[in-house]
Amino acid sequence: MKILIKNARVICPVQNIDDKRDIIVENGLIKDIVKTGTANGTFDKTIDANGLVAAPGLVDMHVHLREPGHEGAETIATGTLAAASGGFTSLAAMPNTKPVNDNAYVTSYMKTKAKEEGIVKVYPIGAITVDQAGEQLAEIGEMIKAGIVAVSDDGNCVMNSYVMRKAMDYAKQFNIAVIDHCEDTNLKGEGVMNDGYYSMKLGLRGVPAVSEEIMVARDMSLAQHTKCRTHIAHVSTAGSVRIIREAKKTNTPVTAEVTPHHLFLTEEAVVTYDPNTKVNPPLRTLEDTKALRQALKDGTIDAIATDHAPHSIEKKDIEFQLSMSGMIGLETSLPLCLKLVHDGDLTLTQLIKLMSTNPAKILNIPGGSLEVGNPADITIFDMNEEWTYSEDKILSKSKNSPFKGWKLKGKVKYTICEGKIVWGN
Amino acid sequence: MKIFDQKHLLGTEGLSKDETMDIMNTAKRFKELTNKGHHVVPTLNGKIVILMFFEPSTRTRSSFEIAAKRLGAETIDFSSIKSATTKGETLIDTAKNLEAMNPDAFVIRHSNSGAPYLLSKMQSIPVINAGDGFHEHPTQALLDLMTILEYKKEVNGLKVLIVGDIAHSRVARSNIYTLKTMGAQVSVCGPATMLPPAVEELGVTVYTDVKKALPDQDVVMMLRIQAERGGTNNQFPTLREYSRHWGLNNNTIKLIKKDAIIMHPGPMNRGVEISQAVADSERSVILPQVTNGVAVRMAILHKLCGGKSIEEVI
Repeated sequence: MKILIKNARVICPVQNIDDKRDIIVENGLIKDIVKTGTANGTFDKTIDANGLVAAPGLVDMHVHLREPGHEGAETIATGTLAAASGGFTSLAAMPNTKPVNDNAYVTSYMKTKAKEEGIVKVYPIGAITVDQAGEQLAEIGEMIKAGIVAVSDDGNCVMNSYVMRKAMDYAKQFNIAVIDHCEDTNLKGEGVMNDGYYSMKLGLRGVPAVSEEIMVARDMSLAQHTKCRTHIAHVSTAGSVRIIREAKKTNTPVTAEVTPHHLFLTEEAVVTYDPNTKVNPPLRTLEDTKALRQALKDGTIDAIATDHAPHSIEKKDIEFQLSMSGMIGLETSLPLCLKLVHDGDLTLTQLIKLMSTNPAKILNIPGGSLEVGNPADITIFDMNEEWTYSEDKILSKSKNSPFKGWKLKGKVKYTICEGKIVWGN
Repeated sequence: MKIFDQKHLLGTEGLSKDETMDIMNTAKRFKELTNKGHHVVPTLNGKIVILMFFEPSTRTRSSFEIAAKRLGAETIDFSSIKSATTKGETLIDTAKNLEAMNPDAFVIRHSNSGAPYLLSKMQSIPVINAGDGFHEHPTQALLDLMTILEYKKEVNGLKVLIVGDIAHSRVARSNIYTLKTMGAQVSVCGPATMLPPAVEELGVTVYTDVKKALPDQDVVMMLRIQAERGGTNNQFPTLREYSRHWGLNNNTIKLIKKDAIIMHPGPMNRGVEISQAVADSERSVILPQVTNGVAVRMAILHKLCGGKSIEEVI
């Protein structure tokens, strides 16, 4: 299969390209990037990308594909389809499946399923501890052999600092990142939304910002001590940003991610008790969203990840307190984040770095670059096309998004994964 | 004057002064009729009110039941299904099933804040919030207002202090909204552990020292302290310490104005937030609050269920 993508505005943060070029794809690889109109030969498929952007395929380092165990909410097939439509070519899947991905057998199952039914690449993340219980280290070495690219206990912060220290020492020898969902569960208590004005008004128990920050600070100390690559999942508060920024000044081996919903929504969204606004960490304040945007600009935060968390309507559309936390995000991430470019906060190259190059680097997986010889993972999108996100358009098996009804600017036209067109006509 | 013609009563937040006074006038009318011997004012003859109490309640449930019956309506008590309905699906399913039987109103108490709102969205029958989590308890605030009006005539400029676990109190929130709307100067007081974040943004003065808070108040509202909120959750060290620091007793009562009234939404923990002597003192209006509860709930049911005019039925 030989594909020519012509007249595209090609963005490649690695090669520092932001220019009109043609891309030639052959045998699943990027064969060449040439001056517009100079590609020779015959092609099985020509994509006229005039007016469109061609960038390295997006990499989402934090998704929940729910398979095995919760196939009612999402499967690898539906999750990767949603991903392809959102411009993603690689996903890192969290281990909170059923059974938990805390052993090589589950990892292998996920890899096999992904190969058989996935249309984009799936990289499992293994649990740090058995059953994500925070007590006994999981067989990390075995899981690495089977294909995990990082470890994380996902929604369960490793509360025991001794266990976390040992996990970091252990992970370091394999040069994989330890990803932590920072949350002091005692401080969180039964909290369901940000602790502040709106939780007071709504009569909902609050999750204070400090419950996240205290664990971010702990992890920074442990990362300095162990020198293990440490990645902070879904940073949600201005305080966490400050702690990470300080840590980076002393060369702490830390990276961090933020979700689109923490960038574009605040706690105010909860006022109608809409369970689709319930997420962990909770939506925070306007000041927090500003600090997070600033952190993207100055490099304190390295990646944008969706924390795509599908839940069936039975588990979601109930009382706020009983509803599961989380929202889907794969199909809205790029158009939402393009707002950062439209608003002038980031250049397009910076955004692609955050959504592709950096997460690929953190996970040490292929992608994030259009260098010749790389797998042809390419996302082609219209920066300016406006459309309204609505339930009938959702490809994910679950529909739990607070962005339904939002007018978005930016739309994915083609997604190419290892030289195969997996989205677009 | 804008009358109260909303479909549901989910909270007092957003109720205007006119709407509130309209409810007060109707409640007053019902109270006068009751006092004149009209034990039933059957404006809701033939209507059915469903009481869904997913949390234990004696006083509020009885009050609603009596109010409905005084209006000639039938009540169906769904409190017994409490144990079967801990999941939200059941709440919605239950409500939809009940809706299919065409009742005229739902009165709901639920431990989850927002449950009445959810119910109001999921079906078309009027919903009355009888207390949700620590969000709102609108009929309590309205009966409190009715009581204050009886004793103080004018609420505008009145100083009202609410003492206790403000963070977990739906009574406090609903009262703050109503009293602020009516022009009162509202203060709250409690241990710092029981003051919710940003409460001052509701326009109230915040105290932790009850001795500083009590002088000059025209109304002092004591909230129930739930005994289990001591030790286990560390909201305060012991009931003894709470009582000595925030309780209203023979010592602290000396600090309040001679003509101040003392209120309590009940049920009281005598000897904890309020001493026996204070609760039973002349200044206590705790029992009139209960009496007014029936009148206020009659007014709300009457208005939401589209009752016949009072003149028509007496």
